[in-house]
Amino acid sequence: MNPENYLFLSALLFTIGAFGVLIRRNAIVVFMCVELMLNAVNLSLVTFSRMHGDLTGQVIAFFTMVVAAAEVVVGLAIIVSVFRTRRSASVDDANLLKY
Amino acid sequence: MQSFIWLVPGLPLFGAAVLLLGGKRTNAWGHLLGCLTALGSFAIGAGLFFTMLGKHGAERSMHQHLYSWVPVPGTGQNPFQADVAFQLDQLSMVFVLLITGVGSLIHIYSIGYMSHDKERRKFFSYLNLFLAAMLVLVLADNYLLLYVGWEGVGLASYLLIGFWQHKPSAAAAAKKAFIVNRVGDVGLSIAVMLMFVTFGSFSFGTVFGAARGATGGTLTAIGIMLLLAACGKSAQFPLQTWLGDAMEGPTPVSALIHAATMVTAGVYLIVRSHAIFDMSPTARLLVTIVGAITLLLGAIIGCAKDDIKKGLAGSTMSQIGYMILAAGLGPIGYAFAIMHLVTHGFFKAGLFLGAGSVMHGMNDEVDMRRYGGLRKYMPVTFGTFFLGYLAIIGCPPFSGYFSKDKIIEAAFSKGGTSGWILGGAALLGALITAFYMTRMVIMTFFGEKRWAQDAEGHEPHPHESPSNMVLPMLVLAVGSVGAGFLFNLNDAFVNWLEPVTGPRPEGKLPSGLNSTTLSAVILVAVAVGVGIAVLQYGTRKVPAVAPRGSIITVAARKDLYGDAFNEAALMRPGQYLTRTLVYTDNRGVDGAINGLAALVGGTSGRLRRLQNGFVRSYALSMFGGAAALVAAILFAKL
Repeated sequence: MNPENYLFLSALLFTIGAFGVLIRRNAIVVFMCVELMLNAVNLSLVTFSRMHGDLTGQVIAFFTMVVAAAEVVVGLAIIVSVFRTRRSASVDDANLLKY
Repeated sequence: MQSFIWLVPGLPLFGAAVLLLGGKRTNAWGHLLGCLTALGSFAIGAGLFFTMLGKHGAERSMHQHLYSWVPVPGTGQNPFQADVAFQLDQLSMVFVLLITGVGSLIHIYSIGYMSHDKERRKFFSYLNLFLAAMLVLVLADNYLLLYVGWEGVGLASYLLIGFWQHKPSAAAAAKKAFIVNRVGDVGLSIAVMLMFVTFGSFSFGTVFGAARGATGGTLTAIGIMLLLAACGKSAQFPLQTWLGDAMEGPTPVSALIHAATMVTAGVYLIVRSHAIFDMSPTARLLVTIVGAITLLLGAIIGCAKDDIKKGLAGSTMSQIGYMILAAGLGPIGYAFAIMHLVTHGFFKAGLFLGAGSVMHGMNDEVDMRRYGGLRKYMPVTFGTFFLGYLAIIGCPPFSGYFSKDKIIEAAFSKGGTSGWILGGAALLGALITAFYMTRMVIMTFFGEKRWAQDAEGHEPHPHESPSNMVLPMLVLAVGSVGAGFLFNLNDAFVNWLEPVTGPRPEGKLPSGLNSTTLSAVILVAVAVGVGIAVLQYGTRKVPAVAPRGSIITVAARKDLYGDAFNEAALMRPGQYLTRTLVYTDNRGVDGAINGLAALVGGTSGRLRRLQNGFVRSYALSMFGGAAALVAAILFAKL
């Protein structure tokens, strides 16, 4: 199978993730979309690794996963904390930090 | 005796320092210390004078080097060397005796005159400072030290004219005197710098010795700058306007300024620098022109003033004009300039102290239209004033006759058209002098009483002044009577000054004139002046309110528009210039800087609206940026 198709899939997933981040208001969904983008990048890394016959890409994918896991922990904690204080998980409500 | 020269200016300076630094603690005996230092200085001056009499000719000049003021070690063609050193020659001696003698009398007079003033101690400290500065001026052996005294005199006059600074008019007069004097001071400083550049030294000896070798242009420039300096200090045209306003000071100050210190400095400067003026006929001609203009200007102003002190101020201006005129005539006039200065010192101090005594008895009234008939109430004041009056109008054998006649004669002897013009001006001046002085005496001491209540409703009770005020007036009256005759005995004064000013050539009067006829003509002119004044003020009633008067009277009351001219020609353009500069600074320079700041502030105010707090808008800009970056890379690759 042509490896380029994986790249197209990766691009599609990344785009879906990016749009999700931009237009959704629920913090959990935005968060999931961020994960989607990360994994789309992972997919493209692995694909390139395969195409070039070089393992570096796969190793970086592992790193990405570890960082993503850590990020999930921190991110979810923030979201839960925000929800507890404001009774809302909408990202638009958390706009105090501005001009 | 020579080593005591420094004490002459040193004693008054010490007195001023003690009284100023001692403050209120010295209030009780401050006036006594002030008089004592002045008298001590006079005593030392007299001692030096007798030492001098024991020697002959050029040996009489004494010199004392105190210390090197600004020694600049090093090389170069003109090493800068400024010393604090005193030179006491015959010319300085005359001034030392005049300053300390008349100055001491004025000090003594001030004890009585200022007895009601709370600040009497401060007044005496300033008087002492005035004497010290003036003595440094006349004793200096180089132009730089002379400049120190010159500035000191300016400072002391400022302090004394503005002594009653609670009166806004006095404060303004002090500032005016100081600022007008600054113009002259600039002239002196330029002259000193020119001398240093040309001759490489400040000291009198070097400068005068080298003056012969310098080019005419340089000497004329130095001469004109010295003349400017003299105009400022001696209130000569065109810097004469400060003198009338200076009458705001206490009367002893006016006497001191007009007789012993300050205004005589200009005459001293010109006679002292005679080596320079001798070599530059152009500068000398200018000096005579300034003198002639001022002697007429001052006399005309003196005719129109109703304020007794301002009338005397106009008279001083005019008499100093005579001295400057004589000094400008060259070797023929130097001795008479100084002789007139000394006799004028006596009679003008006497007249001013007399005027002060009259004011003292009349509740400080200065308007002569409110005097009248005072001779019965103040006999001694009247007597001394009248002797001073006879001296100033040049009535023989009083002192003014000897000195003024000689100046008029010297002016005619100049020869040519300029001699006739200058002599005529001096002759006319003598006529006007007789007129305004007679007017002053008649309005003050003769006629019926025109006394008026003062502001608080007190009737004046004119009375003779206390003895410590009368005594100086008597001494000065003796001087006004006898000085001229004594000086003229065997040409004593001219011979005395000869080693300093050089031999005096015998004047040659134009054909048709000889010394006797000229003397008679002058006496006729004086008699005419007296006659007109007697007709106008003695036989007719003097109105209590000044009549409108002719155009000339109105102009003379306003000091012949000297102030108006200065205001229109100098002050207003200056104000417009500064206003334009301030406007340019505010709008142009500040405007550009402020505009730039406002532009940055406004732009950033709008830009910060982008920080709206919505995370997704930040994300959008991030994605947008990343997309643009990727697009740019791809585009570049293509």
